[in-house]
Amino acid sequence: MTGQPSETINQTLGDARLQLAIYSATNRLMTHRAGAVRADLLPDYQELRTEANQLKKHTIEHLDHYLELFEKNVIAHGGKVVYCSDSQEVADFVLGLAKERGAHLIVKSKSMTTEEIHFNERLEKHGLEAVETDLGEYILQLAHQRPYHIVAPALHLTRYDVAEIFSKNLGVENEVVIEKQTKIARAALREKFLHADIGVTGANFLVADSGAVVVVENEGNARLTTSAPKIHITVAGIEKLIPRAQDLGVFLTLLGRSATGQPLTVYTSFLSGPRRNGEIDGPDEFYVVLLDNGRTKLLADPEKRQSLYCIRCGACLNHCPVYRKIGGHNYPWVYSGPIGAIITPQFHGVLKDPWLPFASSLCGACAEVCPVKIEIPKLLLKLRSEVTDAQRRQGVGGVERLAFGIWAWVMTHPRIYLMLARIGGIFLPLLPKVGPLGKWASQREVPKLAKTSFHQWWKAREVPK
Amino acid sequence: MGEEKGNVKWQMNQKCATIGFHANPGSKAVKTRVSLFVTCIVDQVFPQVGIAMTQVLERLGYPVDFPAAQTCCGQPAFNSGYPEEAGIVARHFLNTFRDSEYIVVPSGSCASMIVHHYTDIFANEQKTLEQARSIAPRVWEFSRFLIEVAGVEDVGASFDGVVTYHDSCHSLREMHIKEGPRRLLSKVQGLTLREMEPAEECCGFGGTFSVKFPEVSGGMARTKIESILKTEAGTVVSVDSSCLMQIQGAIDRARLPIRTMHLAEVLAGR
Repeated sequence: MTGQPSETINQTLGDARLQLAIYSATNRLMTHRAGAVRADLLPDYQELRTEANQLKKHTIEHLDHYLELFEKNVIAHGGKVVYCSDSQEVADFVLGLAKERGAHLIVKSKSMTTEEIHFNERLEKHGLEAVETDLGEYILQLAHQRPYHIVAPALHLTRYDVAEIFSKNLGVENEVVIEKQTKIARAALREKFLHADIGVTGANFLVADSGAVVVVENEGNARLTTSAPKIHITVAGIEKLIPRAQDLGVFLTLLGRSATGQPLTVYTSFLSGPRRNGEIDGPDEFYVVLLDNGRTKLLADPEKRQSLYCIRCGACLNHCPVYRKIGGHNYPWVYSGPIGAIITPQFHGVLKDPWLPFASSLCGACAEVCPVKIEIPKLLLKLRSEVTDAQRRQGVGGVERLAFGIWAWVMTHPRIYLMLARIGGIFLPLLPKVGPLGKWASQREVPKLAKTSFHQWWKAREVPK
Repeated sequence: MGEEKGNVKWQMNQKCATIGFHANPGSKAVKTRVSLFVTCIVDQVFPQVGIAMTQVLERLGYPVDFPAAQTCCGQPAFNSGYPEEAGIVARHFLNTFRDSEYIVVPSGSCASMIVHHYTDIFANEQKTLEQARSIAPRVWEFSRFLIEVAGVEDVGASFDGVVTYHDSCHSLREMHIKEGPRRLLSKVQGLTLREMEPAEECCGFGGTFSVKFPEVSGGMARTKIESILKTEAGTVVSVDSSCLMQIQGAIDRARLPIRTMHLAEVLAGR
């Protein structure tokens, strides 16, 4: 289809090693999830999904209220809230603060939101050093790649790839043993933690009624990021809000299980404000950057706004047979897989990557596993029709539209349909292998049209009566 | 007692039969006429599936009719981003089947289009929306009709060999058809059902997806075939001919000795 990165898609499809890496990693995540949501272990799984959906729906529909409540509670704890409408404003704020405090080194824990706004690159341009401390993200930063997957960013890399990246960038021996590789990364990162001036994290949840930022992780790097440096900045999309601390009972039950099959991640940090008198750790300054970057645009559409319910578990990617074939980097934005296919066109406009909502067989596996019940296939369909509408307004895509117009006319004129079917039956095999038929034939044998259609069979059968 | 004409049970059965539920499943007493919607793909490419479905229903004692004006449900346009064009065809379907009490369809995907998506298409057209809502409960995917309306699992079929069942996505996830076809297959004499792992993964057809992203779609079909091969089954069965067209096309391209059959074809076998 127009604009689709066919060449790189075909490269991915043709790379047996990469295919195996994607397939086995997603398979593992799928198996773990299935084990964690089993009916005997989590009997109320479906009810939890419904509840999570309702909670998100309620929050998104009352976002103005919860934003203010959250801000009030952050301030009450001694923190500060900064509203940013786009990536530039985030960069300006962080740069300004760094300048005032004489900060140079930033440690970061994994955050899709900062990936979304190219946080590191923007700061590096101004002489700051921003270091990713999540192992996967660290590897990707060294390799100058963007995340391949929302939860498992380096899912596509094998330990041999990592060995190469480390030896090239860190001046170490080529080390292929995973445990030793983590030790190399740990040694390098500890230095960064100890000298960092600012720690930057994302947020999994922003709890309105307590003003807390909740971060889940498995490596402990987020905990170090939020406690070692003197300044902690959270950068979070406004959709991360949830009304009450007690709602975490629903979301934390679902998030780890849906993402990696863990009942809970290894660390769950509740961060509310800077270190207070008498506390032994925590930052001196605590900022929460609330980012719009197009989210309020999504909010405007009553049907599509459910895209903002996403808690970034990555389950839809793991279960998507298309993601499992084309991988993460063929999607145009940092958010890949089914969730990427529905939010990218909404953030960037449907005409930027018009092929994206069509890159799905509409199998529905994504919606089936989504812990907050986003109706992904339904939204893909809606976006497809928005693409064709926008194309019509631009005067493109006329051939396909015409074809479906003729098709609809034929399908509502049974006599013509039957006549064409008979002619088609004779001539189809003679058609040159171009267009849709050629595309079909590039992968599979073309089925033969039946000599007698069901219509004809039925008519012949009725005659004797 | 119980079967006498005019008693309470008989009256209930009569009433229930007209709205789609038999108080006495499998009873030969009351058989309502069923209308076939064979779908465009079965009509043109796999008429044997429609013929098999007719045979099975008639053997069970159902009078079968075939509204001759039928063509397509409209899904190809709907899934390609043309709801308006799909609506034109959907309206034709609604008119064609206006008076049918039971509409039996050899496809979970086409049935789902009518049951679930017509209401989206006509959300802003009150009159047509009501028509769509009224037709939805009368639309039955073939295997579900057998289990839930006819109340049968054993249709007296026989088949010699090992089969594996492919859960087509729309049947599984939109129509929640999972156990029915397996129960019907398990009662077929001589048939061994061997599940593939995973049975629920998409075959890669996806309508126009198959030609808009041929390489991805083809890759998905080949992955499906790998799962099929592991079962060593000689036949792949499904309730959707479009998936089977995709799977068979890829099987033939790979020159494998496996055939695909619609559930109706297996159940019509003697």
